[in-house]
This record gives sequence, structure tokens and C-alpha cells, in this order.
Amino acid sequence: MVKKRYLLSGNDACAEGAIAAGARFFAGYPITPSSEIAERFSLRLPQVGGIFMQMEDEIASMAAIIGASIAGTKSITATSGPGFSLKQENIGFACLTEIPCVVINCMRGGPSTGLPTLPSQADVMQAKWGTHGDHPTIALVPCSVQESCDLMIRAFNLSEKYRNPVMFLLDEVIAHMREPITIPDPDSVEIINREKPTCSPEKYLPYDFTETDMNPMANFGEGYRYHITGLNHDQTGFPTDDPELVEKDEERLLRKISRNRDDIISYEEKWLEDANVAVFAYGTTARTAKDAIIEARKSGVKVGLFRPITLWPFPDREVEKLAEQVDVMIVAEMNLGQMVFEVERCCRGKTKVRGVFQASGEPIAPRKILDAILEKK
Amino acid sequence: MFDYKKYLRTEKLPHIWCPGCGDGIIMKAMIRAIDKLGLKKDKIAMVSGIGCSSRTPGYIDVNTLHTTHGRPIPFAVGIKAVKPEMNVIVVTGDGDGVAIGGNHFIHTARRNIDITVLLYNNWTYGMTGGQASPTMHIGDFATTTPYGSIDQPFDICRLAEASGASFVARCTTFHAVLLTNLIEKALRKKGFSLVEIYTQCPTYYRGAGKRVSAVEMLQGFKESSVMVDAAKKMSPEELKDKTIIGVLVDRDLPEYLDEYKKLIERVRKK
Repeated sequence: MVKKRYLLSGNDACAEGAIAAGARFFAGYPITPSSEIAERFSLRLPQVGGIFMQMEDEIASMAAIIGASIAGTKSITATSGPGFSLKQENIGFACLTEIPCVVINCMRGGPSTGLPTLPSQADVMQAKWGTHGDHPTIALVPCSVQESCDLMIRAFNLSEKYRNPVMFLLDEVIAHMREPITIPDPDSVEIINREKPTCSPEKYLPYDFTETDMNPMANFGEGYRYHITGLNHDQTGFPTDDPELVEKDEERLLRKISRNRDDIISYEEKWLEDANVAVFAYGTTARTAKDAIIEARKSGVKVGLFRPITLWPFPDREVEKLAEQVDVMIVAEMNLGQMVFEVERCCRGKTKVRGVFQASGEPIAPRKILDAILEKK
Repeated sequence: MFDYKKYLRTEKLPHIWCPGCGDGIIMKAMIRAIDKLGLKKDKIAMVSGIGCSSRTPGYIDVNTLHTTHGRPIPFAVGIKAVKPEMNVIVVTGDGDGVAIGGNHFIHTARRNIDITVLLYNNWTYGMTGGQASPTMHIGDFATTTPYGSIDQPFDICRLAEASGASFVARCTTFHAVLLTNLIEKALRKKGFSLVEIYTQCPTYYRGAGKRVSAVEMLQGFKESSVMVDAAKKMSPEELKDKTIIGVLVDRDLPEYLDEYKKLIERVRKK
């Protein structure tokens, strides 16, 4: 049987991937360049028995998806730069209270209102550090329309598995670009649902210190009456300022993600086997980097691509290993240098790191990356 | 004697409230209303924001959610949207509910989403040390109005009514029996239901520039309150400085999630 193909934008593909993953609640607020995601959900969710709500603001949207997730429904919101800033406080709430949910940020130029309809990759650090306090972060970044759809299923799976919000970073190019894609059949892909408690309600500890650092999650209304708070809490979920308990729980939260980094981190390596030059690029920039690499290889430069699909947790060991192989690492990104600091940190001086940065609101042209590669030669 | 223990997480007591605070009176009234209606504890979600009143859910043995400042209403909306069979109660204060959370308050009332909001109004920010609130009266003193307030106060009940709520009532902590009755009515009513409750903060409230004891404040609530039916027979002059208590609005309006359910049925029939 020939699989049906659809010509969709990255924004539409995100919505389709989320529905395939089982998302049945979307709350959002219109903002360019993410608005088509909300529009798609408003059309599609009622068809599958789900609910779309256009909220009064970005803050309410984030709050509502956390509420819906607490009540047991996979939930998602979508926004862009300014809205991503507004959502940060409640993203932190979801981190501390360990509520699964997915937040799409279609990156546009900034700061402030910036360049509403033009691409950027300048929110990659905000995705990690946008909300206050130490907190675990998972952030994924697709580089095609098909990947926007497929990776969205993975975003929900990681979110449900690790009880953590997942940041899904598109840029305006992927968001608005149309490509033919196949929408996966939910029965043919792995779908992970949160683990629910099996103990008696009296014995349920939502925030226990366990061997895995994780705990099953009881949905509201299903017989486990417990307390969820944004205050630091003890194993029962009730507020505490006991220094030992607070420290232990903060460490557990970070360890919950860091110890599972091999499961969470994904990346693409291309033409790296014989490479002595590597280009580190993600999202749209990885696409232009591929063009540059193909050109450079024509003139005999042994150059390859490292494309992180998981930006956070950062693929530190993989980058360090690559640093041991190549003479120079070129970091190309649509900002004035953000992930380059992580790359430099992980390279530990084992290779030269060179940046190709651009914050003009235009995608980086292959030529610019090619020039950086050829400079090596 | 009513057994409150059935609804309390007694192991989490004592509570954090100051001696003389009105929050305990409201908590007990709410418990009596829940008991009167025979609501199942498993099917109640109690959601709060930040502030003294917002600590209430922690002590009550239902599904409880203590959220961020000003945001309990949209969290509650998310719960109600996907589990409409639950009774969703929001406990909030004047700062949480109509200052930082004002936008959520008016829009959720506008959509007339079936949740019950208990808004504790003590004209001050108790938890942060007695700063000015959007309900305090002109000339009132607070730690951030050392020269007296020049702000026009919100009338929360009129705000809810104008926004489109199905049910609006006002009460005070002096009128504990009436309060139980009003919370019961609010819980029963389909749509957005608000009960605004005047409550005393003997620790920080300094309206006229000096501390007022809890007893004096309760006495004040008693003397200044007029039942809504009696108020109808009074002139505007007679009602000056009076607080009208009772059911102010009770009307049947379409409820958002009911309408959404119909929308889903309509879409899926095609």
C-alpha cells in the first residue's frame, strides 16, 4: 500500500505529529510565526475529540496545558520569542512539579518584538535558562517538515517518560516551509504514556527519592488525592524548607535527566568518517551547511556535519569525541553566538572552534559557511 | 458537632495563618458546603495561586494544586476542560485574583467556564507584608502607600458580572452560615461562579493608618453589611459605605465547555 503523502508546512506537521502522539489539548495565543500551529489544532482537535482553546494570553496558555496534563491529557502549546518569554515562569512550574507537556517555540528575530516573520535561532539559550532557578531541560530541534512531525512524537514520549516539559524549537524557515511528508500511523510508532502509580493511594509518594530518580504520576480525579505545589516540596508534595530535603530533591531533578542523557540525546552525523573539519549546525542552518559541505568536498576538503537533534541536554561527550578527530569545528547558527559557547566548553581546547553567526533575519547562505570551511584549507 | 477532620489533611496542621486571620473561617465554610452537597473528594480539584489564602488547598484532602502567582484560574480551566466531571474550585485573593491575575479572571468569566472561584478580599498583600491591593480604598494606608492610596478600587463583583459570570455573590467572614450557603449555591451553579469574601488581616491591614484587631474587623463587617433584598429598599445615601451581601447575580448563560462538546459532536457528525 502506498502511504498517503501530504504537502505541509513545519507548523502543520508539528500539529499532526502531536495528534499522532496522542495530544488532545492545545491552549495558545496567536503569534507570528507560530500561529498556523494554533489554526491547525483548532481545525483538527475537535475531529479527534480533543479541545483547542485560544486563551487570553501566553501565560494562561502555559498554565492551562499544565492543568490539562495534571488531569491526564497530553497537552501542548505553541508560541514564538516574545510569547516564549512570557511562558517561562510556568515552564519552571512544570519542571519543579514534574508535569509532562510540550512547548513549541518558532524562533524569530529578537530581542523584544524583533523580526516577527523572519527566522532566527537566538532562543536556544533561553530554552535552557529562560526560567529561573536550577532546572532540568529537554529541547529538540528539527530540520525538516517530516522531522517536525516525527520528532514531535518523540517530544511527547520524552515528556511523558521523564515527567518534564519538552521545548520544541522550530525556526521561521522550517515553520513556514512546505515539504511532502507522511503522517505516521499512531499504531505503527512507539507511543510512551506516563507511568501511573499502582500502590494504594495512602502509600503514594509523588516526589519520592527512588533508585531511578523518577516517580509514577497520578492524574487528578483518579483516586490519588495529593498536593502539587511550585514551592520546594517533600516526598508527599507538601512545601518544605528543610535544607537537606530541598538540596536532595533539586539534585534528583537534574539527575533524572542527566543520567538518561544517552536515551534523550539524538544527533545526525554525516560525512564525518574521514573528516578533519566538522560543521556543527542545527535546524535550518544544518540544511545550508549540507550544501556548503557538498561544495567543499568537491574541492577536496574532508568536511562533515554534526547536527544535534537534541540541543538540551547538550551532546557534550559526542562533541568532545569529535574535537579529538578534527582540526577545526565550525559552529554555524542564526544568532550572534550561543551554542558556540557549549561547543567550546566541550571541545576543551582539543580543536579550534570557529563561528559563523548571523542575526540579520535571513538564513545563513551556504556560501558563508563554505567560506569558513575553505579558510581552513 | 460537624467533623471537619474527614476533609482535612490533619498531619499537615497546624496551618500557617496568623491568629485572628479569616482564612480558617472560609475554609470551614467551604468544607461544610462540600459536605452538604455530598461531593466526592476524588472528584474535587482545588486550585490556588500565591498568597495566604492560596495555602488553603494544602490542608484539604482533595486533589490540590498550588500554582504560580495570579494563575490559578487558567490552571483550573485546563483541568476542567479535560475532566469536566470534576468540581473545580479556585481559592484566590484580591492580589492574586484581580491584580496579577485580573486578565484570567475576566476572560474565564467571559467564557463562563464552569468553575467556582472563592476570592478572599482583605484589601492587602498579607504574605508579602501589607502592601497596597487593587481593592483598597482611596486614602487607605499600606506599606507601599505611606501617604494614603490614590487608586480607584475594583468592585470585584461588578467586574465578574460585567464579564459574563453566571453567578456572583458577596459575603464576609462574620456571616459564616450565609457563607456556607453561598458557596453551596456557587458550587451547584453551572458556569463561572464567584463568591467574594471580605476577610480580616489583623496582622497587616492598616486601612486607616493603624492596626485593627480581628474582633473589631468582624464587628465592622457585621455593622456595615446589608443583605441584598434589604438593600433594594434603601436609597443610595443609606447604602453609602455599606457592603451588600448575598446573591448578586444568578443567571443561566451558555457554558463554554458544554458548547465545545456540542461543537465536537457537530464536527464529528460530518
